[in-house]
Amino acid sequence: MTRSVRRTRTLQAAGAGAAALLALSACSSSSSSDGSSSGSGSGTSSSQKLSGTVTVFAAASLKESFTTLGKDFERQHPGTKVTFSFGGSDTLAASITGGAPADVFAAASPKTMKIVTDEKDAAGAPATFVRNQLEIATLPGNPGKISSLKDLTKSGLKVVLCDKTVPCGAAAQKALTAAGLELTPVSYEQDVKSALNKVVLKEADAAVVYKTDVKAAAGKVEGVEFPEAAKAVNDYPIALLKNAPNTAAAKAFIELVRSAEGQKVLTQAGFLKP
Amino acid sequence: MTDIDETLSGVSAEDVPGAGLDARLVVDRGAFRLDVALTAAPGDVVALLGPNGAGKTTALRALAGLVPLTDGHLRLDGAALDRTPPERRPVGVVFQDYLLFPHLSALDNVAFGPQCQGSSKAEARAQATEWLARMGLADHAGAKPRRLSGGQAQRVALARALATCPRLLLLDEPLAALDARTRLEVRAQLRRHLAEFEAVAVLVTHDPLDAMVLADRLVVVEHGRVVQEGAPSDIARRPRTDYIAQLVGLNLYRGQAEGHTVRLDVGPVLATTEHLSGPAFVAFPPSAVTLYRDRPSGSSARNLWRCEVAGLETHGDQIRADLTGELPLAADLTTVAAAELDLHPGAVVWATVKAAQTHAYPA
Amino acid sequence: MTTTDKSGAVTLESGSPRRRVPRGAPLPLLVPALVALAFLLLPLLALLIRAPWRSLPGQLTSPEVWQALQLSLITATAATAVSLVLGVPLAWLLARTEFPGRGFVRALVTLPLVLPPVVGGVALLLALGRNGVVGQWLDSWFGITLPFTTAGVVVAEAFVAMPFLVISVEGTLRAADPRYEEAATTLGASRFTAFRRVTLPLIAPGIAAGAVLAWARALGEFGATITFAGNFPGRTQTMPLAVYLALQNDPAAAISLSLVLLAVSIAVLAGLRDRWMTAAS
Repeated sequence: MTRSVRRTRTLQAAGAGAAALLALSACSSSSSSDGSSSGSGSGTSSSQKLSGTVTVFAAASLKESFTTLGKDFERQHPGTKVTFSFGGSDTLAASITGGAPADVFAAASPKTMKIVTDEKDAAGAPATFVRNQLEIATLPGNPGKISSLKDLTKSGLKVVLCDKTVPCGAAAQKALTAAGLELTPVSYEQDVKSALNKVVLKEADAAVVYKTDVKAAAGKVEGVEFPEAAKAVNDYPIALLKNAPNTAAAKAFIELVRSAEGQKVLTQAGFLKP
Repeated sequence: MTDIDETLSGVSAEDVPGAGLDARLVVDRGAFRLDVALTAAPGDVVALLGPNGAGKTTALRALAGLVPLTDGHLRLDGAALDRTPPERRPVGVVFQDYLLFPHLSALDNVAFGPQCQGSSKAEARAQATEWLARMGLADHAGAKPRRLSGGQAQRVALARALATCPRLLLLDEPLAALDARTRLEVRAQLRRHLAEFEAVAVLVTHDPLDAMVLADRLVVVEHGRVVQEGAPSDIARRPRTDYIAQLVGLNLYRGQAEGHTVRLDVGPVLATTEHLSGPAFVAFPPSAVTLYRDRPSGSSARNLWRCEVAGLETHGDQIRADLTGELPLAADLTTVAAAELDLHPGAVVWATVKAAQTHAYPA
Repeated sequence: MTTTDKSGAVTLESGSPRRRVPRGAPLPLLVPALVALAFLLLPLLALLIRAPWRSLPGQLTSPEVWQALQLSLITATAATAVSLVLGVPLAWLLARTEFPGRGFVRALVTLPLVLPPVVGGVALLLALGRNGVVGQWLDSWFGITLPFTTAGVVVAEAFVAMPFLVISVEGTLRAADPRYEEAATTLGASRFTAFRRVTLPLIAPGIAAGAVLAWARALGEFGATITFAGNFPGRTQTMPLAVYLALQNDPAAAISLSLVLLAVSIAVLAGLRDRWMTAAS
């Protein structure tokens, strides 16, 4: 008995959420550039119920927050399913331009998004939905007494950076340049999680990673903020893809991400609002 | 040459008390148990003779230390070797298929032992050169084993074993790998080398001819036990098991002797020339048997049996008939005689043996 | 005259069927064999077809590429040497001795073959890292830390490559007649001398084959290396790491680097094959 009552309640809640989303979508569609047929399209989608699978390709750093949002979305739109492919933004971009059947692409840098837009694989202009800032991850308790970016150049300290070819590495380089510092790490890691893991495993004393990564590894590393991070803030763009198999649901998902509700989840994970 | 002669005769083993081999080899392998006592004086050549699976090779491996003894003892020139690892036993082995190291030349194969014993490479090679010369293989010193003939390989293997100056030389089926023609020649050479060898030599063979030609003494092993031992001529004349009787080509029966007759365990009574009493063996060669199509009337009734032909096979220029009936026996006859008798499996014949051609001896 | 004709005919007859044997490959074998060959070669062919030939000379003359290539060759060779020194005795132990749980030990030896290399790298960190089970003692007693060093690259490569050598050598040892070792001991050789002077030369072709396999595996090793030793040009950045990172923003460069790695491996392997592998037959 109680079960059925609860069910109707969630359905009602979902309906309310969907209505709110539709209102948002109407809002955003006016600002988006695909104005030719989107008006009528969104009109039909508002009367139709969303269904089917939404495939989202997203940067690895979005894993925790997007997984939460995916569950929210499925709850709000019964009958839909959100599947994710998390990975390095470059790798994801390469598979999209290679013809992978995805609906949404959320990248960790405008540069990787540009790979997709250059190939005209995005439907409309991408929008920045969050920003990520760098932070120094140190061993728990900060035994090296690291308080600034300059402290990382102390001798005897093992520091790992991301490789320059991946966004977190490029951002770290930007911050170092802004600070006028030369830093020789022990390793240029292949991605931000590898860099973080070296500190988690105590092989390295510090790593320059994203705030979100420090937050995700709560307890295992300690975060140290530094002012130069402001010069190397990373924009995360999101875009609907041209060959999206499920355009309507994809749009709805993007709207959820950019909604107040979505932003709450993302900022909780350590992202900054755009 | 002189070096080797000296080392060979350097220790006069006969003077040392307990010189030579004194062993009781017990190897337990669950279903199979070897229990063999072996003694030999320096200069003796002992042949372990027996059917396949009798345990001869196991005995040889136990002597070499390649198989541990379960029980018993092993003394060589007075020293206990039971617990000595193979590399520290003064034992040389010529393996059945020689096991010459394929990557080394004949010379280096022979030099291997001296070098392991501490000689410098040059010394070891000098010794090896002498050994090869002694074996008549000076021209083949540089040859790899696969380029040697069977007989040459056998001699290299012998030289390799002798180069370590062993106090016990073991030869496992030394002639088995050779074809009939080479065998004759190699057997004669081996006999000469063994005669020169002044420590104990033990060879394992299933070929009675090899055993009789090469050895001073035969030890016959069946089912892990010694069933008979003695001089080759003695064993050839007085076999004590069916296996040996078959090897030396004799009909052999066991029975109870009473004067000039032996009541055989299989039934009939056999007349003999020897005067014995008690358990006895009677042996006679297949050639001593005469066959008749009908019961011979002129012949005395003694040693006459009604038999049936079980099988026929050629045996050299003779026909050997396997007979069953009152007395199972083998008889040799000429092809002409076989034709005249119209022998065929199932044919009934009468067999006689003259008492003078039998040999009875106490069991 | 007739006899020579006759004997000539006989030799011809006995000669021709021998020559015919390799030609007569049966279809059920030939077709899958050709499919297999195509399957193996097609991706490499595609690499060649899509290679940015015009930018290739520029890629090849860059010092970074040479640095990575040099490091790859040095570390793969060192890893092979480590595998030989430790792996051959292990293979001997597995092939020639009886001990309880030997089958289990053999299975453990092959574990790095099935382990994803990245997991292998993490396992190495947990064992030999600065904070690892053994690594913490290496650090506090000898001041040795392996991660982020060239030695660490060698360790990671040896970890992944050694099983190939051990398996190959163990197989050869099993096929080799242990009685040669016995013969050597009866000649006064200790078991080690017998192994060194008799067994080792006898199984040399198998060791060579195993070493080549191990070397090739070490040269291509990526996952365990980047996880355990990190990525720093000139110190731990081997060719596969350089290829992977180039793939992030310049796929064309990645293809060029792959081609260099391929060309070098083919040159080395073909050279070794002629000198060593043919000795096996």
